[in-house]
Amino acid sequence: MSKEHDRGMSVIVKTVTRLTVGLILLYGIYIILHGHLTPGGGFAGGVIIALAFINLDLAFGGSAAAKIFSKRNTGLVEALGAVMFLTLALLGMKYGGFFDNFLHPDGNPGQLVSAGIIPLENIAISLKVGAGLFGIFLTLIVLQKFESEKK
Amino acid sequence: MNAYMPYVLCMILFSIGIYAILSKRNIIKIILGVVIAEYAVNLFLVLVAYKVGGRSAIFSETQVILPESMVDPLPHALVLTSIVIGLATTAFLIALAIRLYGKYGTFDITRMRELRG
Amino acid sequence: MIELYVLLGLMIAGAIIAIEVRNLLSAVVAVGIVGLALSIIFLLLKAPDVALTQIVVEIVAVILLIRATLHREIAQKSCGTRPFGAFMGILFLGLAVVAAIVTFSSGLSPFGEPLMTVSRFYPLNAIAGTGATNVVSSIILDYRAYDTLGEATVLFTAVIGVLTVMRSVGKKKEEDLQENHE
Repeated sequence: MSKEHDRGMSVIVKTVTRLTVGLILLYGIYIILHGHLTPGGGFAGGVIIALAFINLDLAFGGSAAAKIFSKRNTGLVEALGAVMFLTLALLGMKYGGFFDNFLHPDGNPGQLVSAGIIPLENIAISLKVGAGLFGIFLTLIVLQKFESEKK
Repeated sequence: MNAYMPYVLCMILFSIGIYAILSKRNIIKIILGVVIAEYAVNLFLVLVAYKVGGRSAIFSETQVILPESMVDPLPHALVLTSIVIGLATTAFLIALAIRLYGKYGTFDITRMRELRG
Repeated sequence: MIELYVLLGLMIAGAIIAIEVRNLLSAVVAVGIVGLALSIIFLLLKAPDVALTQIVVEIVAVILLIRATLHREIAQKSCGTRPFGAFMGILFLGLAVVAAIVTFSSGLSPFGEPLMTVSRFYPLNAIAGTGATNVVSSIILDYRAYDTLGEATVLFTAVIGVLTVMRSVGKKKEEDLQENHE
């Protein structure tokens, strides 16, 4: 455990990270939820959320974020995103076709709750992109670091 | 000729990426070449979509924005997906490079060929 | 549009530096410059969605490139060029630029005047058809959601590919970790 404390960057970086990671996460969620109103959307928001976890991992070293999100959990979340996206697409077949926007008449354009299934699809895409990229990061970097320490 | 100048500069950028892929021996430099060529392709699609004096393709609640004044939104949508795919393929190339390094102990592709032969 | 040309020049200079510099860390940082300049160009070309995505993706790409490969001390120096490949590359560069000038000036509509024969439909119908004020969002998630489905498939395949390529290392790692723990 003491090894875990030695890893990572200096106290300044750790403190700043502790203060800002929540804000970065919040910004990512904002970008996702307002994807149908303002610039952004599932792709950018998902990458920002992945970046928040990557930031945690880089600042605290080793597997700080891997405790919250293990490799298995990233796989689960990514599959959840894919299943959610496909379910929304298949539900549209009941109303008119694959990817039919069946919730569309609810809400006025410009409101947060509007545009039918587009916000839901944004959430699905963000889960998929964020979890996928964080899984790649864990595989490429955290495991690699263990290897270089072993040698 | 001036009307086509951004396209030509974009093509030069793409050629620099291709040159790196063809000529470099270090595998990291080859990955960087792939990344640069990919940026050039994305840039070309967005350059094609630009309209002089156009607005970005977002409507507003408080302001009247004419649909005719917008830039072409379709290439933006294509590029948006292309960027994320590019990151994923770059990560895959990095994974291949790491495995090659683990096997041969070098990033030099010419030396890898010698070891195999 | 002078700032567009300045930024394009910066991108080309950054690309040349990234290709030719000997230190690999400098090369990766130069590619970061190219990506950030690209993000500002997207903003100038009225594509805020693409600019936002590009800037975050660029950061992730630079982190991956630096942390995954360059912590090996041996890999700090690049190993030069292949003469034949360099010759072919320069030949390709010349041919590509000549072909670009010929083709663009004959076939493509000039910069700043898009044709928009197909995509005129989207801004006109986006609000009534989908209710989304962001037209790009309505295209990628409603009109052309098949594109996004294909993108999700490619991303999934790439993640699976990375996991497969790195797998045997991962298994050994877990065993080692357990041994250390015990």
